[in-house]
Amino acid sequence: MVESATIGEIVLEVEDLRTYFRTRFGTVKAVDGVSFNLRKGETLGIVGESGCGKSVTMLSMMRLVPIPPGRIVSGKIVLDGEDLLQLSEGEMTNIRGSKIALIIQDPMTSLNPVFSIGSQVAEAIKLHHDIPHRSVVDQALEVLRKVNIPAAETRMRDYPHQMSGGMRQRVVGAIGISCEPMVLIADEPTTSLDVTIQAQYLKLLKDIQKESDLSLIFITHDFGIVAKMCDRVAVMYAGRIVEMGSVRDIFNHPSHPYTEALLASVPKMEQDVERLYSIEGQPPTLHDLPEGCPFAPRCPHVMDRCRTEYPPQIDQSETHYASCWRLA
Amino acid sequence: MTTTPETSGNGQIILEARDLKKHFPVTKGLLFSKITGWIKAVDGVSFEVRVGETLGLVGESGCGKSTTAKMLLMLEEPTDGSILFEGEDVHLTTQAKRREYRSSVQAVFQDPWSSLNPRMRVRDLIAEPMVINWDMDRGGVMERVQKLLNDVGLNEYHSNLFPHEFSGGQRQRLAIARALALNPKVIVLDEPVSALDVSIRAQIMNLLKDLQNEYNVSYLLIAHDLATVRYMCTWVAVMYLGQIVELAPVKELFENPLHPYTKALMSAALPSHPDTVQDEMILMGEVPSPLNPPPGCYFHPRCPFAMDRCSVDVTEAKEPSPQHWVSCHLY
Repeated sequence: MVESATIGEIVLEVEDLRTYFRTRFGTVKAVDGVSFNLRKGETLGIVGESGCGKSVTMLSMMRLVPIPPGRIVSGKIVLDGEDLLQLSEGEMTNIRGSKIALIIQDPMTSLNPVFSIGSQVAEAIKLHHDIPHRSVVDQALEVLRKVNIPAAETRMRDYPHQMSGGMRQRVVGAIGISCEPMVLIADEPTTSLDVTIQAQYLKLLKDIQKESDLSLIFITHDFGIVAKMCDRVAVMYAGRIVEMGSVRDIFNHPSHPYTEALLASVPKMEQDVERLYSIEGQPPTLHDLPEGCPFAPRCPHVMDRCRTEYPPQIDQSETHYASCWRLA
Repeated sequence: MTTTPETSGNGQIILEARDLKKHFPVTKGLLFSKITGWIKAVDGVSFEVRVGETLGLVGESGCGKSTTAKMLLMLEEPTDGSILFEGEDVHLTTQAKRREYRSSVQAVFQDPWSSLNPRMRVRDLIAEPMVINWDMDRGGVMERVQKLLNDVGLNEYHSNLFPHEFSGGQRQRLAIARALALNPKVIVLDEPVSALDVSIRAQIMNLLKDLQNEYNVSYLLIAHDLATVRYMCTWVAVMYLGQIVELAPVKELFENPLHPYTKALMSAALPSHPDTVQDEMILMGEVPSPLNPPPGCYFHPRCPFAMDRCSVDVTEAKEPSPQHWVSCHLY
């Protein structure tokens, strides 16, 4: 859907990121060798089911993984020429919010119930700009107007409980963009919203992106959001990216059996489907991954080789690759 | 909606709601509280559920779809209107008949993490409705528990476990087995797949369809996702602020939506392919408070086609094409 003419240089590069957690069941490899890059003005979708590592990837990018039990074992996260994993906690605090920002799923819990929404937006601005209080308030007001909060001057003094879910999510969005970050990560930003409110919110995000050339990362389990919002897609399964390509690559020529099966198992609003394809079994638990390809036990095209060796990345085109032995 | 659909002839009506209303009082003060207003959660809803068919109730949060379901399950007393089960008003009949109704209409809820008692083993969970309602010996009950577990794709081994040992999809299977235990005629499905992972949703939807074919049970499906409704339902009712604004067979509704709200819902739904062309019809504002609904048609403040009379005249259900009811002044 998005025809972005403004896609420019690479702003974020993630290379071989591995984040492990130590638990009493053994080491959980939540993210195990994830690499991707993000260009200016581009929207990347990271799709997967719960437990596939998409949220831990996001937390690692923000350096918010709880340590211990978590540990970023290896990898590089280069944002604007700087490796975030080499920075001290103090330096990272300066970057969080100003260069890379986050919108999380639940606006109920991500806003503080005892502060007015105006002061919560202002807090983010004050942290990153050394400017007088008056202009902080003015800027907060401007950001709230940008996310289309009606009567922003009066609503600034409201507390989160006085607003509807859609409005609260807009405030969270306002905090996210308040310091004009280069990269905005949205982790399932609309799952708790109603459909018509979701449509309003997605349109708002797109408008903001166009205006400020923002790079967006959408973390979602919903292919509908990907189809509507994203330029490129990474499909994750059991801590790794199994397929990556432009949104049309993925929808028109899904190459990994998991992507294929996921797309076939989603009901469509535009046409009658006699029977949905259903993937047997369940996603594996991450502390006890099978050897070889983790999708092998559920895969309809499984071969002997899949059970012993993890498949390499196989290029389908310049923009599209998948990790599957079937393509080798 | 005041009129009800005629029987299409392909199935007899098992459950019928006639002009069902539920108004909740709004009170002020703690000790000497007085009623200051009414929330009209459901305000005159009529529909029919036919044998072996699925009726979908779609709408956004606060439109009254869950309250409607609660009334059908007799968990809420309707303020007005009646529920007819096999032609008999369930609130006017005998105690014994009501008891029978309660066991014939079962429910599966959204969240399988909170709908199963964590301290009961699976076999006890599934046996419980039979032990309460049927005079059946232990061996017979256990045999039926096994059969039900097999029906929902689980096996004998699972009957000894506790709910926490299952994944979300498996738990939803348990909830379905429990709902099926008493050979119900109608099952109310309140968002049965929205809490599940994408790859599991198709499994559960297919299971529900298979069980419907096998046992000829009717479903009342409450959902907000239009694609799920299109896959599962025979009839669809679209609700807005406690009223049904449009009711039609599923194919007719999706191919020829009439009410502006239905059209807006469809254009707001997410596409299934990046090249899908969608009309840009994004509704402004939010659903008004049911405490103080707008005059005339409840939808007019957000409606892009609103005319002068929409803010004055109350809408009535019309049937512009056969079996397609809509409450809108445009038709």
